[in-house]
Amino acid sequence: MRRSVPVATIAAITSAGLLLAGCSGGKGSSEGSGEANAATKGVVNASDAKGGTVTYAMSDAPESFDPGNTYYAFIYNFSRLYARPLTTFKPGPGTKGNELVPDLAESMGKPSDGGKTWTYKLRKGVKYEDGSTVTSQDVKYAVERSNFARDVLSLGPNYFQQFLKDNDGGGYKGPYKDKSKAGLKSIETPDDQTIVFHLKKPFAEFDYLVSAPQTAPVPQAKDKGADYTKSVLSTGSYKFQSYQEGKQLTLVRNPQWSAKTDPLRKQLPDKIVLNLKVAQSTIDKDLQSGNTLVDLAGRGVDGQTQAQLLTNADEKANTDNALGQRLVYTAINTKVKPFDNLECRKAVEYAIDKKAVQTALGGPIRGELASTVLPTDIAGYQKYDLYPQKYDGDKLDLAEAKKHWDKCGAGKATTTILARNDRQDEVDAATSVIESLKKIGVTAKIQSYPTSKYFSDYAGVPAFNKKNNVGLIMMQWGSDFPTGYGYLQQILNGKAISKSGNTNLSELDDPEINKLLETAIANTDKAAREKAYAEIDKKTMEQAALVPLTYFKVLMYRSPKATNLVSTSAFSGQYDYLNIGVKK
Amino acid sequence: MTAPIETTGAAAEAQPEAVLEGVASKRIEGRSLGQIAWLRFRRDKVAVAGAIVVILLIAVAAFSRPLQALLGLDPNAPNESLIDPNTTLPKGDFGGMSGDHLLGVDPKFGRDLLARVLEGSWVSLIVAFGATLLSVAIGTVLGVIAGFYRGRVDAFISRMMDVFLAFPLLLFAIAISASLQGGAFGLEGLPLHISVLIFVIGFFNWPYMGRIVRAQTLSLREREFVDAARGMGARGPFILFRELLPNLVGPIIVYSTLLIPSNILFEAALSFLGVGIQPPQASWGGMLNQAVKYYEVDPQYMIVPGLAIFVTVLAFNLLGDGLRDALDPRSR
Repeated sequence: MRRSVPVATIAAITSAGLLLAGCSGGKGSSEGSGEANAATKGVVNASDAKGGTVTYAMSDAPESFDPGNTYYAFIYNFSRLYARPLTTFKPGPGTKGNELVPDLAESMGKPSDGGKTWTYKLRKGVKYEDGSTVTSQDVKYAVERSNFARDVLSLGPNYFQQFLKDNDGGGYKGPYKDKSKAGLKSIETPDDQTIVFHLKKPFAEFDYLVSAPQTAPVPQAKDKGADYTKSVLSTGSYKFQSYQEGKQLTLVRNPQWSAKTDPLRKQLPDKIVLNLKVAQSTIDKDLQSGNTLVDLAGRGVDGQTQAQLLTNADEKANTDNALGQRLVYTAINTKVKPFDNLECRKAVEYAIDKKAVQTALGGPIRGELASTVLPTDIAGYQKYDLYPQKYDGDKLDLAEAKKHWDKCGAGKATTTILARNDRQDEVDAATSVIESLKKIGVTAKIQSYPTSKYFSDYAGVPAFNKKNNVGLIMMQWGSDFPTGYGYLQQILNGKAISKSGNTNLSELDDPEINKLLETAIANTDKAAREKAYAEIDKKTMEQAALVPLTYFKVLMYRSPKATNLVSTSAFSGQYDYLNIGVKK
Repeated sequence: MTAPIETTGAAAEAQPEAVLEGVASKRIEGRSLGQIAWLRFRRDKVAVAGAIVVILLIAVAAFSRPLQALLGLDPNAPNESLIDPNTTLPKGDFGGMSGDHLLGVDPKFGRDLLARVLEGSWVSLIVAFGATLLSVAIGTVLGVIAGFYRGRVDAFISRMMDVFLAFPLLLFAIAISASLQGGAFGLEGLPLHISVLIFVIGFFNWPYMGRIVRAQTLSLREREFVDAARGMGARGPFILFRELLPNLVGPIIVYSTLLIPSNILFEAALSFLGVGIQPPQASWGGMLNQAVKYYEVDPQYMIVPGLAIFVTVLAFNLLGDGLRDALDPRSR
């Protein structure tokens, strides 16, 4: 899962916010830039005006800016300013931002051998900031270092390692250990312009995989392993000028970049400054006063700012409430009593008061009520509700829940619910779930753990869950690439249940779902794939393996001073960072 | 420090109550130490006020659950209808104060703040008293032994105190609270959290008490009455528990009373950091922790638990100061 929330920073931010909030007086800007949610419908303040400095801020500091050593959606987004992957997403509002276009490649990949071989041709004349020419060997090297040298670069995903054919005899050990000229044999570079990937199995959505910054070229001679983050050699419209770790990153125009080889980037501002480790409440105030144009993490404003913005009509017009291509849900552990019984799980589906949970998560602004596994902004989503909830005023009608609970016959039951203790909203939602379940006779107690160890030591360890009677697990899931497969594979694939780091929290191992996933990804027909994803969605809900709570949304403050702002689904609802400029 | 009454010298003059004021009363008799202390304490209005508040607080905490039942309050019952879904703040002014919810409700859930403060009171006090009892017990025993036997025993115990004082307590507390979440020692849930807090706070604070007791013992053991006891053939344990300990009761009471408020604050701090009492159980520190996010838009939420902690800590401190003045006037 691509992480959008910096690990374990929230507690620190809130306390630091106490001190800093009073300092910068957030004056409401009178120059409005359209209405609320304008950037989710179109490009706001579209402009080709050049010059100025665009200031980003972030409440934490990412471990790395190296395109080959990151798993954050906002770095995926931001890194495209200095690193061009083979394909990328075209800036567009909402789900229109999911459209994939060639970037470093001159066209999309050409599949052959039934989807097991993918060939890309690079654009001619693309140069690094030092004037040297980009070759396909550099792309190959970038994939090798980011996926096969986990001991050096460990932060990114390793999809390529999973899907590419490995070398015979022990496997490929990565470019830092294996100095042979051939390197990974399943990536071929017949000439400087061509790169060919050979996969183990057909994979119809390979174009999405190569949109990861891991395919942005890195020349082997300039690579410094984990330290490459300090001096990334740019292929994009901007290059590193200075980088002070944990403090500030400054990018300036890359003179070697040319619009002729790049239909996407515009190179508008003279300079891009990213300030790191700024308290979230300070960022919120700076956004309102115009000192900062964009919050890099794109997590949205904090709860306090949210309440202030929403009660002020002028300020509300400067907000974007964007879908984040994520689902907040409660996974029901199908291997732990009493929830190994389908009827018990169905009772939970009816019993959890989703409206109350929604309020605990921050209200409709932070997510719409959900009833499906796929979020609404992923292709293949179909609207349906297997377990419709009836409300009498504010009260949830529990007749159906009680009927199913009686049928399952568990009587008074106890269970444990897990949540992440550095995510207050998640703990609050779990609290709300506990209250709901009390009404059908389930006594649940909460255990909360830090995000950094949630999957490695607790929720993602089936043995832990069994031992601690963990029946329910709070979860939020966003996909690595905006397709049904990228979303569903990690959380529903029965074959992916592992002893630690497991993300299939329901431990659902349904042969039909496994089969559907496997055949769908081999199918080159997009419409057929999407149909299969919708079917998987329904089958999961028939099994009542998880309770969808809300389709996650963020409330972002849209700076009236920034130009070309558009919130894209492809990057969890963040603004697309490629062409943001500043008004004169 | 309360010493045996000295009938001559400066100390006698410092205790004018030892001599009756006149012949107004019918019977003439000496006053016991307790009576003298009580007389001094009664004259200290601030301390008496502190004592009354403390007694009230203890009564409220002890009868917290029945009180809630009587008032028809449930600290965990959500009231969705009182919350504005968009801002997740309570509807109405002053954090949703109304006839039904005298102190308002909390954001997101609409739970009654009065009920949560009441529920939090017994958690706070039980942890504070438990932890104080634990550190006083360990501190007194080890302090007396160190002071009385001196030499190697004293050196060993004193170095142990140094080690405990140098221990990074907060980090340890965070680590142990996080790792003992699932259940341990046959306990789980709230009883476990309370026990862990009592242990962490109490077990690592004993050297403060230990040092005070040791210093008092060192000076007491040279006094004539100890010599007299020794001369009559009394041995170590007898002198320790029959001669020294009764004379240490004063300082022990005083410093325990002063330890309680600091333990209340420590419990609140741990809950504030998210490693103390786990939600949904209400605790003062936990409420403060949640309120931090809303202090600008819903200050009421922070004020209520903040005031509860403030009043409690202040009352215990005033009481402690008064007790010290009464039991040990020369330490002023």
